[in-house]
Amino acid sequence: MRRRRDKQRPAEESVVPPAEFRSYYGRPVVKPAVWHHDVAAYLFTGGLAAGSALLAAGGDATGRPALRRAGRVTALGALVASTYYLVHDLGRPERFLHMLRVAKPTSPMSMGTWILSGFGAAAGVSAAAEGAALLPERGVLGLARKILTPVGTAGQYGAAAIAPALATYTAVLLADTATPSWHAAYPELPFIFAGSALASGAGVGLIAAPSEQAGPARRLAVLAAAMELYGAHRVESTKGLLSEPYTQGRASRRLRAGRALTALGAAGALLGGRSRAVSALSGLSLLTASLATRFGIFDAGIASARDPKYTVLPQRESLAARAASDETATTKIQRGPAAAGP
Amino acid sequence: MAGKNSLYGPLDPAPDAGYVDPPPRMGFFTDTSVCIGCKACEVACKEWNLVPDDGFNLLGTSYDNTGGLTANSWRHVAFIEQPAVGGPAVDALAAAATITDPKPEPQFLGMPMSDLPGRTMDAPRSDFRWLMMSNVCKHCTHAACLDVCPTGALFRTEFGSVVVQEDICNGCGYCIPACPYGVIDRREDDGRAWKCTLCYDRIGDGLMPACATACPTQSIQYGELDELRARAQHRVEKLHEQGVAEARLYGHDPNDGVGGGGAFFLLLDEPEVYGLPPDPVVTTRDLPAMYKRAGLAALAMAAVVVASFVGGRS
Repeated sequence: MRRRRDKQRPAEESVVPPAEFRSYYGRPVVKPAVWHHDVAAYLFTGGLAAGSALLAAGGDATGRPALRRAGRVTALGALVASTYYLVHDLGRPERFLHMLRVAKPTSPMSMGTWILSGFGAAAGVSAAAEGAALLPERGVLGLARKILTPVGTAGQYGAAAIAPALATYTAVLLADTATPSWHAAYPELPFIFAGSALASGAGVGLIAAPSEQAGPARRLAVLAAAMELYGAHRVESTKGLLSEPYTQGRASRRLRAGRALTALGAAGALLGGRSRAVSALSGLSLLTASLATRFGIFDAGIASARDPKYTVLPQRESLAARAASDETATTKIQRGPAAAGP
Repeated sequence: MAGKNSLYGPLDPAPDAGYVDPPPRMGFFTDTSVCIGCKACEVACKEWNLVPDDGFNLLGTSYDNTGGLTANSWRHVAFIEQPAVGGPAVDALAAAATITDPKPEPQFLGMPMSDLPGRTMDAPRSDFRWLMMSNVCKHCTHAACLDVCPTGALFRTEFGSVVVQEDICNGCGYCIPACPYGVIDRREDDGRAWKCTLCYDRIGDGLMPACATACPTQSIQYGELDELRARAQHRVEKLHEQGVAEARLYGHDPNDGVGGGGAFFLLLDEPEVYGLPPDPVVTTRDLPAMYKRAGLAALAMAAVVVASFVGGRS
């Protein structure tokens, strides 16, 4: 297993240090996140909300009502689910409003709370506007019906404007921790999450829209899959020892399943053509893939925090590198410029 | 308020947090070379701060049945049994035999000696040593827990320490994976995050923190951080003179990855042997870079959506 992985890794990439290290009775140095799978599920629903909001805006702007409707309704549903997961995961759920006491740029969770709140308001009215047609044409409700449509459109574009932030801040949320494999992946995680969010949005479009309106969802599925797969590949292959948790155990199984389903969904979207059934299956495949990927990344981080070697060995390496560079600097000073020549 | 070193680098944290003319920064210097592993610090901390028990387990890890710092253990005494460094291995039984007097009586019954250990006999040291260390929250200059707290429950005190406000914390748990030392933790039956407060309710009244007060060997020293750092430097030099080459300070350097700890240590082995990270870095050092990458990904997302809807015919 190990040898095979080494073979896959190109030679110039970071070298895995020898696995000799000392620890305190093998106990973890950093604490793994106490979050339950609520947070992993939120990573999916938050991304789904963002992807769907973008789908709705694109669909409305290009005259594809099926994409608009599906996008708006899914965005609201995913938002409600997100809020549930986030509140439920708190140690003191009744205090969830304390999140709104401050706006704090050093806390991605604080920023995320405000992003989600803004998105929620916008996505809420845009989904409500889908129900405008059900209201009577006269009276107070008639007035509401008239106002709701333009307000809903404004909300839809507002939500779409916030959506990219909603989909990517969660990557910063995970990376801004001492959890070794999350932190090390900070350059790529936002791209994986962005791709995953768009793929799930595309999945909604593929399931809900008739084939003559589903063209953009198909293209979106392919581009999003490429983005997600490239990011995941980088994380699994360029982080040296800290790539290992992504390639082992449950995290690896979930990430592999995610990758296979993403590829399958993208291929189905591309080749499924006019078949509603193939499109819907592709959409379902993309949604499941997004869910599996989020859980896989969540699991990999937890695994990297549980084993002290992922904390100790990279830090030993950075210490050694610093000592080496200090030594070179000292030698240079001691030898002076005259002695530097041969 | 946010200076150029607000996220990383040497800094005096209280003025950076907005305090005008704060008192001197206070902290702990824990000198493990004189720790006797009595755990009085653990007990005193629990008593003063009304910290619940951490379970009554036998962990099989030497005399340590606490395990580590948790929501319910704000001081933790680590016990390490290891072969002594340097010098050839010595037969401990043979060494013990030299303790007895040449005269046949009295017999050595393992009772405490009447003289100071090591004074009467030039017995060779055994091949075994204990390391004991009372671990605690480092009250970092750049505290990741404080940086990432989304409610403002964690705050910087005027003494430079970091404290959780229990009436604000909503148990989001973000501080827990953020801490590079694995200190702060969520209490299961309570849902909130807890950790050492540097006895904020004592030091404001000029009292010492409970653990330092209870420590019988002054392994835990409390005081102004500048003074403690000077004292620690003196102590480590003294130990080196006495031939304890492995003595080193940990967490004292304002140029380290967390800007130096408000609590720092004198260790007799590598930090990881005590369960400490060898080169911790506050995660928020990289936060600007992280936001930048997220911004790029967000732009890429928008571009992909536009390309999908604008390109193509169907």
